[in-house]
Amino acid sequence: MSIFVNKDTKVLVQGITGNEGSFHTRQCIAYGTKVVAGVTPGKGGQKMDEVPVFNTVQKAVEGTGATASLIFVPPAFGADAIMEAADAGVELIVTITEGIPILDMVRVKKFLATKHCRLIGPNCPGIITPGECKIGIMPGKIHKKGNIGVVSRSGTLTYEVVDQLTKMGMGQSTCIGIGGDPVNGTNFIEVLKAFQNDDETKGIVMVGEIGGSAEEDAALYIKNNLTKPVVGFIAGLTAPPGRRMGHAGAIISGSGGTAAAKIAAFRENGIHVCENLGLIGRICKDVFSG
Amino acid sequence: MKIHEYQAKELFRKYNIPVPDGKAAFSVDAAKEIAAGLGEFPVVVKAQIHAGGRGKGGGVKLAFSMDEVESLSGSILGMTLVTHQTGPQGRVVKKLLIEAGQKIKKEYYLSLLVDRATASVVVMASQDGGMNIEDVAAKTPERIIKVQVDPLMGIQGYQLRQVGFGLDLPPAAMKAFSGLLSNLYAFFMAHDCSLVEINPLILTTDDRVLALDAKVDFDSNALYRHKDLLTLRDLDEEDPQEIEASRYNLNYINLDGNVGNIVNGAGLAMATMDIIKNAGAVPANFMDVGGGASSEQVENAFRIILADDKVKAVLVNIFGGILRCDVFAQGVVEAARKTGIRIPVVVRMEGTNVDEGKKILSDAGLNLISAADISDAAEKIAAAVR
Repeated sequence: MSIFVNKDTKVLVQGITGNEGSFHTRQCIAYGTKVVAGVTPGKGGQKMDEVPVFNTVQKAVEGTGATASLIFVPPAFGADAIMEAADAGVELIVTITEGIPILDMVRVKKFLATKHCRLIGPNCPGIITPGECKIGIMPGKIHKKGNIGVVSRSGTLTYEVVDQLTKMGMGQSTCIGIGGDPVNGTNFIEVLKAFQNDDETKGIVMVGEIGGSAEEDAALYIKNNLTKPVVGFIAGLTAPPGRRMGHAGAIISGSGGTAAAKIAAFRENGIHVCENLGLIGRICKDVFSG
Repeated sequence: MKIHEYQAKELFRKYNIPVPDGKAAFSVDAAKEIAAGLGEFPVVVKAQIHAGGRGKGGGVKLAFSMDEVESLSGSILGMTLVTHQTGPQGRVVKKLLIEAGQKIKKEYYLSLLVDRATASVVVMASQDGGMNIEDVAAKTPERIIKVQVDPLMGIQGYQLRQVGFGLDLPPAAMKAFSGLLSNLYAFFMAHDCSLVEINPLILTTDDRVLALDAKVDFDSNALYRHKDLLTLRDLDEEDPQEIEASRYNLNYINLDGNVGNIVNGAGLAMATMDIIKNAGAVPANFMDVGGGASSEQVENAFRIILADDKVKAVLVNIFGGILRCDVFAQGVVEAARKTGIRIPVVVRMEGTNVDEGKKILSDAGLNLISAADISDAAEKIAAAVR
């Protein structure tokens, strides 16, 4: 078991012929992901390596039975690409694109509420079930199959955490980046719920950062609903208020969204807090083997 | 992207959102000319900087005569205004807004923003105008009216009434208020705003409603479809090093400490700043070169940080994913060749092509301090500035 994706997941890539799209499609295929189709409007009928390219997501789904999509289109077309995938019946939509306008995402969320699909991202590294399926841009080889679920708002910070886990001998069931934007698809709570229900996942690492209150909400959820141990890390203790720290969603506005408040919420709700990133592997070892 | 109050009010006028008569002035003479055009006293002289709390900081004054317009404009223009939002160094005032004074019966708070938790546009209003809305929310949350607007439907008549009656506006002002809020919503959506705040919105003694202040923040990610708004950017309000970094699409924020840092990815960059602090030093900046930086971007990131006099050492923390370590190393070598590295630089690299990256750095014969992992890097950087 794992959550959301496994070795049988059939993936199509929107924006497959672009620089990033083609590079990462090859990386995903090399990892073992079943990439069955690509979509680039106007390039239908062509091939990217061995992958057939379609003009529309609808045709790609009809032609290949893909159930998941990986999106690399430029930010101006991000919302459109997500809606196209949802409308074509794609069940899992993973959006890597960074920089989609926030009001586009507000509209997309309303649209998705009428469809049966899950959006991961945007502005995220994607999702990986080690040894089975990688739908995203994370370096595959730092991962190892195992029992730890990882959920994070960040990209490279997640790689750091996963790398330490793997080096300490702790493999991962599934790792998900939910993205650094203020309005995103799947949130912490939905992923935590899935990890709780996944027999293979024995422990969870949750990586948050400044901005919003998703970590506080998740902390309360963990206390009330999870029986599995959770280790939490929050980036941005030294971030100044009112400044956007790279991610569109990483901003302390007024007195809200500070790292200190999130860490306090973690502590109050029984989450094992890691305050020093260099030690997260060791702390996980202690918590998850104890 | 933030804009000035006077710019926001000019945009408001185009959307029939009532504001006091007035204009921006960049000199004392211009201020007097605008005041003369307004025809009557008092007039308000308002400092224009991208920060709140201007009134408390002494940047907003009433003038009851032309002499006062002259003296107040002269003293506010060029002053360093310190407010709770500027930091202790303050901001030099280079622009004024000269406005007709108003006869105020009551002050209100009104804002529109994107609410992250509900992924919707929310109207917030309160009878406690002129106050810090966060304080109101903390102490008397029942005095805040919140209305969620469906982005696909737009703001509805009943929602306008919810806010208007919620504020207990007099019947004579209700129609004008509904028009104002409806237009404000249209303005918000048409310009991809992330925040529009009117604090205070006023009711005049003759029952008109006016935006006495105006704070507007645009979603930077949407500016590509609002090219006209780009002319409203005021580079005087930004840090010169941050402007330079933005030319190369580098996410850079200048801070007070002495340890520079270069990292790929925003989350890891924040965590690296925290590590520096944990080790007993203070970060001089936030620098995210991005997931897929080119060696040219890396070179410029290095150049900008090395040009900063307060930086006594640099910590480089790279986890190669999309950004390959060899590409990164190439950028470091170029930067070193062009600018020279005269301060300690601790490099911690991991991930894609890390061996090639390390080879490039060692072949270049640069005087870099190599770190095995994050903890090791933290100790070495702390030792370097001690």
